[in-house]
Amino acid sequence: MFLLPAGIIYFIFFFLPVLMSFFFSMTHWTLVDWKFIGIQNYIDFFSDVSLSTSFKNTFVYAVVTSGSKVVLGFLLASFLSSPQVKTRDFLRSMVFFPTLISTVAVGITFSTMMHPTHGLINKALEVVGIQGPDWLGNGKLALFSVALVDLWKGVGMATVIYIAGIVSIPRQYYEALTIDGGNSWDALWHITLPLCRPAMNSVIILSFIGGLRTFDLVWTMTKGGPGFATDLLASVIYKQYAAGFYGLATAGNVILFLVVSLLAVPLYRFLMKSEVDL
Amino acid sequence: MSKKSIRLLVEIVAVILAIVIFGVPFYFVLVNSFKSQSEAADLNISWPKELHIIENYKKVLDTQNGIVIRAFYNSTVITVVSIVLLILICSMAGFVMQRRSSRASSFIDFMVLAGLMIPPAIVPTIWVLQGLNLFKTLPGIIFIEAALNFPFCTMLYRQFMATIPKEIDESAIIDGASGLKLFFNIVFPLLQPVTATITVTSAVGIFNDFVNPLYFLPGTKNATVQLTLYNFMGQFLTSWNLLFADVVLIIIPPLILFIFFNKQIVGGMTAGSLKA
Repeated sequence: MFLLPAGIIYFIFFFLPVLMSFFFSMTHWTLVDWKFIGIQNYIDFFSDVSLSTSFKNTFVYAVVTSGSKVVLGFLLASFLSSPQVKTRDFLRSMVFFPTLISTVAVGITFSTMMHPTHGLINKALEVVGIQGPDWLGNGKLALFSVALVDLWKGVGMATVIYIAGIVSIPRQYYEALTIDGGNSWDALWHITLPLCRPAMNSVIILSFIGGLRTFDLVWTMTKGGPGFATDLLASVIYKQYAAGFYGLATAGNVILFLVVSLLAVPLYRFLMKSEVDL
Repeated sequence: MSKKSIRLLVEIVAVILAIVIFGVPFYFVLVNSFKSQSEAADLNISWPKELHIIENYKKVLDTQNGIVIRAFYNSTVITVVSIVLLILICSMAGFVMQRRSSRASSFIDFMVLAGLMIPPAIVPTIWVLQGLNLFKTLPGIIFIEAALNFPFCTMLYRQFMATIPKEIDESAIIDGASGLKLFFNIVFPLLQPVTATITVTSAVGIFNDFVNPLYFLPGTKNATVQLTLYNFMGQFLTSWNLLFADVVLIIIPPLILFIFFNKQIVGGMTAGSLKA
């Protein structure tokens, strides 16, 4: 009985639509009326260059953002959990605060700072004699520029998860290492890194799934452009929806669902298994 | 150089880097929201020649008959009501899921865990909302926020329930308390730390949510703060000062929460991920 209110809301507003999406992805759909057309939407999705590019971009984006957060978050956390760092509370707040700011605000701020001629970043580079690139206008670079902003916004989250993992490591391990003559590099490599594996696994899973599902940052910074260079699955779903192709948008939704389940679930299993071996 | 001075040097470099990387963007936004339109067009970080603080902010609040104020009101309503609903349904669900184990419970666990990963199906959700006459309404978006935040909050409650001894329930039942009474009079008050965490983290999350209002709450009547900011992007293309003033207004609520509830926010966000 206690589960009922939660169950009803969760089912109607989340699970039912997910289930329905499998059916509607195979229709030509106007929200009022539908016509069954089999897998035509999926064929369209993968044969259209603009749509299939998003498939590839989504992988690249998820791997780049989660990879950089896993590495950088670990380095920041091990630095910021050292008791010798006197300003660590200040630094932690600085690194963490972007997590709490709306993505739209971050997107607006950085797209102005990345302006090729007026932007703050290129003007700063000019001072030291570097000709800055067109961050968001260059098709080869734009996806990575957005990923860089994602890193700026999201690395604080990764860092606090790592810190929570690192402070739970018993001090005795470090003391034993000092007695045996190990230095701080040994401590980082042989104690901190292996023993904060649970934290690392959380960071990997969270940031990877987050990367696959990204929409708002890309949409506020580039709207998928230039061309289709920064289109991700989620932004294609929005574009098809806005254009009134509801069946096609839903097919994109199902593809995103399959990508997340087929990649994230085995990844989760694999990471959990390796955790037990420790 | 001694070890101590190297350490000091590293720390100074770290602080400078943090200020440049994380501080300058905020300063950039703030200082440009004080400038005149022509000066803000340069997009630099120099101090304004003349301050236009009151003028700019007043203009933003007056735009389109005060749509920003309207949006703040809507966002506040959505955030507050969603959180009350979330706390109610998730604490009850977490209680039952932790206390009872039947054959159905591993299935329910799986459903909740799946909700953490699966992306919501957008157009079918609109279809459901239309069927219930909730599309483009505040109650509609409130139910959506509750459903999408349900897995995370329930997991937090469930984890915390494990630290409350079962003997408390048992003695209450012996004293003749019914299920509902036991929960609301005895268990729920003990869950207060998680309730606080969920309130603060969900407040930030729902207030900052852009994607769900974009899909499920289109139209100017019910605009939320993130939607107005997004629409201003197209509208204020030449007046960066006003756009940045709106950005500042939108950053303030989470900033206040962060100053007062730093520990709960960090604690809540990490607790959910570490023991999952």
